[in-house]
Amino acid sequence: MNTEPKPIYGDGNPETHPLTWRLNKQEHVRSADDYEALEGYAGFKKALGMKPSEVLDVIKAATVKGRGGAGFPAGIKWSLMAPNDGGPRYLICNADEMEPGTFKDRLLMEQLPHQLIEGMLIAGYTLEATHGYIFIRGEYIEAAGYLNEALEQVRAKGYLGENILGTGWNFEMHVHTGAGRYICGEETALINSLEGRRANPRTKPPFPQVAGAWGRPTIVNNVETYNNLPAIMLRGPEWYINLSAGKSKDPGTKIYGASGKVKFPGLWELPFGTTAREVIEDHAGGMRDGLTLKAWLPGGASTDFLAAEHIDLPMDAETIMKAGSRLGTCLLMVVDETQCMVSATRNLEEFFARESCGFCTPCRDGLPWAVKALKALETGQGKMEDIEHLSELTKKLWIGKTFCAHAPGAMEPLMGALKYFRHEFEAKVKTHAPALDVEQA
Amino acid sequence: MMILTDKKPRVNVEGILTAEEIHDIEHHIDHYPYPRAASLDALKGVQRRNGWVDDAQMNAIAQLLSISVADLEGVATFYNRIYRQPVGRHVILLCDSIACFLMGSETLAEAFQRELGIQYGQTTADGRFTLLPICCLGNCDKGPTLMIDEDTHGLVDVSSVKQLLEKYV
Repeated sequence: MNTEPKPIYGDGNPETHPLTWRLNKQEHVRSADDYEALEGYAGFKKALGMKPSEVLDVIKAATVKGRGGAGFPAGIKWSLMAPNDGGPRYLICNADEMEPGTFKDRLLMEQLPHQLIEGMLIAGYTLEATHGYIFIRGEYIEAAGYLNEALEQVRAKGYLGENILGTGWNFEMHVHTGAGRYICGEETALINSLEGRRANPRTKPPFPQVAGAWGRPTIVNNVETYNNLPAIMLRGPEWYINLSAGKSKDPGTKIYGASGKVKFPGLWELPFGTTAREVIEDHAGGMRDGLTLKAWLPGGASTDFLAAEHIDLPMDAETIMKAGSRLGTCLLMVVDETQCMVSATRNLEEFFARESCGFCTPCRDGLPWAVKALKALETGQGKMEDIEHLSELTKKLWIGKTFCAHAPGAMEPLMGALKYFRHEFEAKVKTHAPALDVEQA
Repeated sequence: MMILTDKKPRVNVEGILTAEEIHDIEHHIDHYPYPRAASLDALKGVQRRNGWVDDAQMNAIAQLLSISVADLEGVATFYNRIYRQPVGRHVILLCDSIACFLMGSETLAEAFQRELGIQYGQTTADGRFTLLPICCLGNCDKGPTLMIDEDTHGLVDVSSVKQLLEKYV
């Protein structure tokens, strides 16, 4: 185990740490000139020398997966965009980082704002987009400031505006700041919010690629996804896939992270397939003295709890899915032995209940039921039936029963908690305690 | 036949919003194909003046965005960072999500409530502080985390609450 914090960029080699190596050269790279001196915008310029369809082939060959939590292949998402009819086409960056335990996009935007912009320029050119929006949460004030400055700088360099570098492509970009609400991270809710509406998710189909922002073809990707594109253009898909060769089927590197009571909470760029043990012990320095690991969330509040027995699993989409959870954002939250799982689950469900957009009944009314049952159990007022009710909710609020993925996401940590730590829930039940009727609550 | 509408008479925007506020809203409208997309920018911009958005300001903003005030109200009340009632001079946003919870955010919230003598959602009698919970601030390696106005504070300890509050008068 390491005795001091490790940097995010490892040894600072661009071949192995394409997302963060520049931070080994400079504490942050916020000016376009500094960024260009460190291979910046080289991938973009290379893309401009190719046809958009050729760039799309490169991205598809790299099989880059979305980094926002769902892991959908970006190239496939892009190829589903409606053909260009000469009207507006929108490219959106989902920078509404609000998944509990996730702080990777903040770092990328605060320290390397140009890398995101370069990724969006590559995507914009490929997709023949006319306008780009970076939808950033309102609390990321510094990041929004750096991004706005960075946009001014690239506009001055002619990378934005009309006839960009003589290619005939016109593209404009803006930063859009939000005003709260977790649900804005759902891509169709984000589009509604961008349009100045309540952030209720939309029905799919039509998918945003066909009818998104203002009814026009729209692509939404996460900050980290765009950050992957410049190096793919520069070094090629084969190099990209080899980054995680032998470790995982998911290509490339990922920003892993750890929070909770570990010695050195933080972020590290590592190849896909790195085990949770490596993240926790080799990078985060292990648990704080005197504490042992009991449970962990692989990547956000909407992923199932896993137990200590799972920490040798490689962290990639397929393996974590097989273990009964989701990779999510890959920033793991560590729960130590002293933490009551009923209380932790209550905290999670309170979050989801509060952040429900209120549009569909199962989510709006079902999540507060879960909170009431959990609160009853937490305070020794619960009955065995409350645990049954909670199990039932994990089915009644599951995929297909609700309008979007918010309530099913809320059920994931609850399912994991009931699966691996049911004994803690049962221990909380005191037969003599007054009953709480969840049905009437 | 007479058609009944609920349209209110047009308000005098210049008498309600400052020239800068109007300019700021128009600047944001330019970024989008339809003016209502500037709703949150407009609400946040106007909110900067008094800390919240009052009814007259709502009317004026709605008119600039060419939407009904009821429509704008729906937007304003959806988002937790738009305030439709007065708040304190400083708004404290305590992260209460799981990463900070695991680092003791509930004990910290109790300390704030005790120190200020208010609960979540309330404002101190002297109008200095409003205390609100907020979902994950994306500063999870430095939990528990909170924001006061535009400043993010990480690794906040129960013992440092008093000292921290003294910086905001």
